[in-house]
Amino acid sequence: MYEMLKIYFSYPFVRYAMLVGVLIALSSSLLGVSLVLKRYSFIGDGLSHVAFGAMAVATVLDVGNDTAVVLPVTVLSAVLVLRTGQNARLKGDAAIAMISVGALAFGYLFLNLFSRSANLTGDVCSTLFGSTAILTLSRTDVWLCIVLSGAVVLLFTVFYHQIFAVTFDETFARASGMKADRYNLLIAVVTASVIVLAMKLVGSLLISALLIFPALSAMRIFRSFRGVILASAVLSVICAAAGILLSILFSTPVGATVVCMDMAVFALCSLAGGLLSRG
Amino acid sequence: MAQIICRDAALGYEGRAVVQHLNFQVDRGDYLCIVGENGSGKSTLVKALLKLKEPMAGEICLGDGLEADGIGYLPQQTIVQKDFPASVQEIVLSGCLGRFGFRPFYGRKEKETAARQMERLGITHLAGRCYRELSGGQQQRVLLARALCATRYMLLLDEPVAGLDPVAVQEMYSLVAELNRQEKITVIMVSHDMHAAVTYASHILHISEEPLFFGTREAYVQSEVGKAYLSVTGGERHV
Repeated sequence: MYEMLKIYFSYPFVRYAMLVGVLIALSSSLLGVSLVLKRYSFIGDGLSHVAFGAMAVATVLDVGNDTAVVLPVTVLSAVLVLRTGQNARLKGDAAIAMISVGALAFGYLFLNLFSRSANLTGDVCSTLFGSTAILTLSRTDVWLCIVLSGAVVLLFTVFYHQIFAVTFDETFARASGMKADRYNLLIAVVTASVIVLAMKLVGSLLISALLIFPALSAMRIFRSFRGVILASAVLSVICAAAGILLSILFSTPVGATVVCMDMAVFALCSLAGGLLSRG
Repeated sequence: MAQIICRDAALGYEGRAVVQHLNFQVDRGDYLCIVGENGSGKSTLVKALLKLKEPMAGEICLGDGLEADGIGYLPQQTIVQKDFPASVQEIVLSGCLGRFGFRPFYGRKEKETAARQMERLGITHLAGRCYRELSGGQQQRVLLARALCATRYMLLLDEPVAGLDPVAVQEMYSLVAELNRQEKITVIMVSHDMHAAVTYASHILHISEEPLFFGTREAYVQSEVGKAYLSVTGGERHV
C-alpha cells in the first residue's frame, strides 16, 4: 500500500490535489464555525448553487478561465444574500433558498440549451459532485488556493476576537462600537471565495458538508470557542487528507469520500460527546 | 452635567414614528426604569440610546464622560447564545473589545479588567466553564460582567430578569442595585416588572406612543398614570 501511494505521489497532480484539498478543508472549517453558530449554515449551500449556475454559463461561453467568471458572481451573491438577510421583509433563509434553487435551475437549463459538449450529463454530474477536476488543477489554481487559504488563516488570527464577538452577540458588538457589518461582509466574501475553490474538490452539492461537519463535530466535544475553532480545523484537515488518500487507493469519487469521512468523524464525536457529558 | 439628555426625540421605523416627544434626562448615579406595554417603543429607545439608530426628530445627547467610554449593554438573550460553545472568560473579555480598538490580542490591562469584573460579580470560579452549561442566573452574571468591561459609568439592561427563576431574579436586582449605590454606576433598565421598578428605581419613564410620565419614583406612584398602571399590574411581581 505504501509503495502504491509512493508511486501516486510521484505525480505532481496528485501532490497538488492533496495540497489544495487540505487547504480548502482548513479554510472552510474555520469559516464553518462562525457560519454554523450564526445559523447561516445554508449560506454555503445557496452560494455553491450560485457558483454552479455561473460555472454553467462560463462553460457554455467557453471562457478561458472559469474562476474569473464564477468568483465575482458568487462573491456578489454573497453580498446580496447578506443584505437581504438584514431586510425584515424578505427573511434570510427564504432569500437563500430562492437564490439557490433559481441558480441551479438556470444553470442546468442554460447548459441544456447551449452546451456543445458531447457528454452533458457527465459535465453536470462532475460540477455537482466534484470529479477528476481536482486532478487537473492548473498551477494558477494551486497558487490561488494557497493565497486564499493564507488569507483566511490570517483573517482568523488577526480578527479572532472580533469574529468571536460578532458571532456570539452582534448587538452587543455593535453597541460597543464595533463595525459588525464589515466583519459580516468580510466573512461572506471569504466564504464565497472558498466555495468557488472547493467546487473543484467536492462539487457544488457537497460543499456545505465541508463547511458545517467539522464545526459540528468540534462542538460536540469542545466547550470553548478557541477549542472549537482549533478542533474544527484539525478534524477537517485530517478528514480531507484521509478521504483523498482513500479515494486514490480505492479509486472512489474524491468529494463523496471526504464527506463520508467527515460524517464518520461527526458520528464518533457525537458518541464521545455523549459519553463525556454523562461521565 | 447630565449623562443623557433626550430632547423632543421621535423614534420609529421607515418613516413611521413608534414613539415621539420624548423628553428626559439621566444624571450620574440615577437608576432609571423604562416601563410600558409591549410595542410601546422600549426596544427602539434602547437602540437609540446605544446609537444604533438615529432619532427621526429631536436629539439624544451623551455627556459627562459617556461619549468616550460608552454604555455597558446587557441585551436580551438570543437563541444563538443558548448553546454557544464559549468559556465564561472568553465572553467577559469580549466586553473589552470596543475600547481597545485594533489589536489582535488582549493585553494585560484587558485581562485584569475582566478578572476584576468576574470577581465583583462572584463568577471567578466559573471562568473556565462553558457558557451554555450555566444556569440562567449565572449566564446573566456573565453578560453583566461583560457589560461592566465595556463601561465605567453606565449600564443599560434590557429585560435583565426575563426567563430567570424567582431566586435568580432577586439576586439580579440586588446586584444591580448594589452596583448603582456603591460604584455610582448609572443604571437604565427596561422592564415589565412594575414591582421592581417602583422598588429599586430612582426615576421612571413610562412610554406609550407618547411618553406618559417621566420623573422620580415617588412622583410616579402618586401620578394618575402610575396609579392606573400599578392597579392593573397590581404592582405585583411579574416573573
